[in-house]
Amino acid sequence: MPELIKNGRLIADRFISVDADAPLPDGPLIVPLARWQAQREALLARGQALGVQVANTTAAAELAADLPHLAVVAIEFPKFADGRGYTLARLLRERFAYTGEIRAVGAVLRDQLFFMARVGFDAFALREDQDAEAALQAFSEFSVRYQPAADEPLPLYRRR
Amino acid sequence: MYLYDQYDQTLVDQRVEQFRGQVARYLAGELADDEFRPLRLMNGVYLQTHAYMLRIAVPYGLLSSAQLRMLAHIARTWDKGYGHFTTRQNIQFNWPALEDVPDILAALASVQMHAIQTSGNCIRNVTTDHLAGVAADELEDTRVWCEIIRQWSTLHPEFSYLPRKFKIAVSGAQRDRAAAQVHDVGLYLVRNAAGETGFQVLVGGGLGRTPIIGQTLREFLPKQDLLSYLEAILRVYNLEGRRDNLYKARIKILVKALGIEEFARRVEAEWVQIRDSALTLTQAEIDRVAACFVPPAYDTAAQQDHSWSEQREADAGFRRWLARNTVEHKQPGYRAVFVSLKTFGAAAPGDISAGQLDAVADLADRYSFGEVRSTHTQNLLLADVRQGDLYALWQVLDAVNLATPNIGTLADIVACPGLDYCSLANASAIPVAKDIQARFSDLDYLYDLGDLRLNISGCMNSCAHQHVGHIGVLGVDKNGEEWYQITVGGNSGNDASLGEVIGPSVARADVAATVEQLIAVYVEQREPEERFLDTVRRIGVRPFKERVYGAARPRNPSLEHAHA
Ligand code: SF4
Repeated sequence: MPELIKNGRLIADRFISVDADAPLPDGPLIVPLARWQAQREALLARGQALGVQVANTTAAAELAADLPHLAVVAIEFPKFADGRGYTLARLLRERFAYTGEIRAVGAVLRDQLFFMARVGFDAFALREDQDAEAALQAFSEFSVRYQPAADEPLPLYRRR
Repeated sequence: MYLYDQYDQTLVDQRVEQFRGQVARYLAGELADDEFRPLRLMNGVYLQTHAYMLRIAVPYGLLSSAQLRMLAHIARTWDKGYGHFTTRQNIQFNWPALEDVPDILAALASVQMHAIQTSGNCIRNVTTDHLAGVAADELEDTRVWCEIIRQWSTLHPEFSYLPRKFKIAVSGAQRDRAAAQVHDVGLYLVRNAAGETGFQVLVGGGLGRTPIIGQTLREFLPKQDLLSYLEAILRVYNLEGRRDNLYKARIKILVKALGIEEFARRVEAEWVQIRDSALTLTQAEIDRVAACFVPPAYDTAAQQDHSWSEQREADAGFRRWLARNTVEHKQPGYRAVFVSLKTFGAAAPGDISAGQLDAVADLADRYSFGEVRSTHTQNLLLADVRQGDLYALWQVLDAVNLATPNIGTLADIVACPGLDYCSLANASAIPVAKDIQARFSDLDYLYDLGDLRLNISGCMNSCAHQHVGHIGVLGVDKNGEEWYQITVGGNSGNDASLGEVIGPSVARADVAATVEQLIAVYVEQREPEERFLDTVRRIGVRPFKERVYGAARPRNPSLEHAHA
């Protein structure tokens, strides 16, 4: 099983990602958003944990009604410097109170992990060339957080 | 000034260690160029033509004497003995080795400084009025708000990978000295009908390739909502700003595409959701920060010291300097003093040597409560000087070549590094500034010409803000040669305007002569006491155009816009 960083630790990923029309293997799956939208009932009827993978241009509100059914929302980073996924994750956590896994997929690199964790990502499928063991250090690079975000409800000035 | 507590200090210390690790990984080949690039940029490290450049943040232009001495130390130890103040009130060093940058940052952290977010597609160093806290026409000290914004924007997890850079300026006086209208967000401190202070919020201003004056997004924003409102603006921009074209990625393009009403509607829709969140500023926090900016212990007897009026009578040099390089202060008996970094001679506009940095630090300790400010016109300011100390101060400044009495004149040229350093440049800026200065070195003539702002940028990126110079000079590349497009009538104040192009670009050798022609038109046409800018506004661009290109010259529209 591929490795995944989850809650700051390396684990084996129990989810299998399938694309738009591949046959569905048994077990927990992550499917593209469009497939979920088209085959909602059938996917739910499998009775297994399910996640969707979404583009970073997806509006958080568009996912709102589905969230109770989803164990994972995987947000794509087409480039590591494309910051839209940060807002999407934060809105899912803070505005739509999503408590399932939010996973960063695609161009996920060590040096963005700290910010990603702050806005609500709790799982990271690192790009293949990354040293996952070393990347774990990224989460503790800073102990100070000025802003409120998904990991910290209060700005520093309400904690100082 | 604001003093770090253990949180602020811990953050900059941890930032140094983080960057140290990133540099080590880069040098070990573990980080690719394009992955390291945004990381170094967010720590102020650029790659220029000859070397790396390190841009250090001077939050809202405020420096202590200890910080100045550290800058001098850095100049001596890791650079070639000088630094360069920028149009965003920051200072940059042109010659550090990448390997040394972590040590330089550690040295900076030891005096509560950093280089965080001085570059990159993130929220940049917030700028303000260099006379904040001492200007008579000020509603409130803007530095309090700048510091609050600085902390909120520092390592903001959601807004560190924006479509493009994001610049905020705050102005709190009747006269806008912060160029708020040409920033991504400009904030004017205002008072509403109920007598409460808050912010008028402007959005979508900016220079560069597509210069635009900002529009009002909200007439009155209560103070305590500042951060939630900024967060709403940034969120809309982060999600909807263009990412497909570098030149269309600034917020001004989004605002233009949507129209200000629709943009405002989206910001408001976002804001209602977060307005009453924990981001609402507490009075305790506002007070905590404001306590760092209380006026210093002014000498209430300062205005009784009249020694300076005799010295003024006796010494013409002092008199000139006093008239040109010092301005009124809200405290009776005090003046604010400009330290001119526009020396005639070889030094580039904004450059300062290590020895001069130390000298200014000493003067700040002796005469100005240990603080110095940098201005967006690339000079320094000693904000709180007793009138009785002015003569002694002037003598020392003069001895270290920092008293050139040319502030606000045509010789007070704002120029970017241009081709001498910058890898993006089309043309030189510094040598052109020096050419122009050489032609206008007669002080009496400069004074006769009055307030005049001339800005020179080496390329379309417009780092020297030539669009808002009364005279703007923009370097363009014409078949590998340096040519310059010239504009007149720009202005960055309350009545901000963009300069108009006078005609086809001119060769480098002709720039100074062309400026002379523009000035000749002004001298002939001006009314008594009329500033250059006002003459341009009254008579239009045409007389200037005709002087430079000749009235009979056939109009050639394709040429006119060849470099627009
Ligand atoms: S205006 Fe152009 S040449 Fe000048 S500093 Fe900016 S990018 Fe470089």
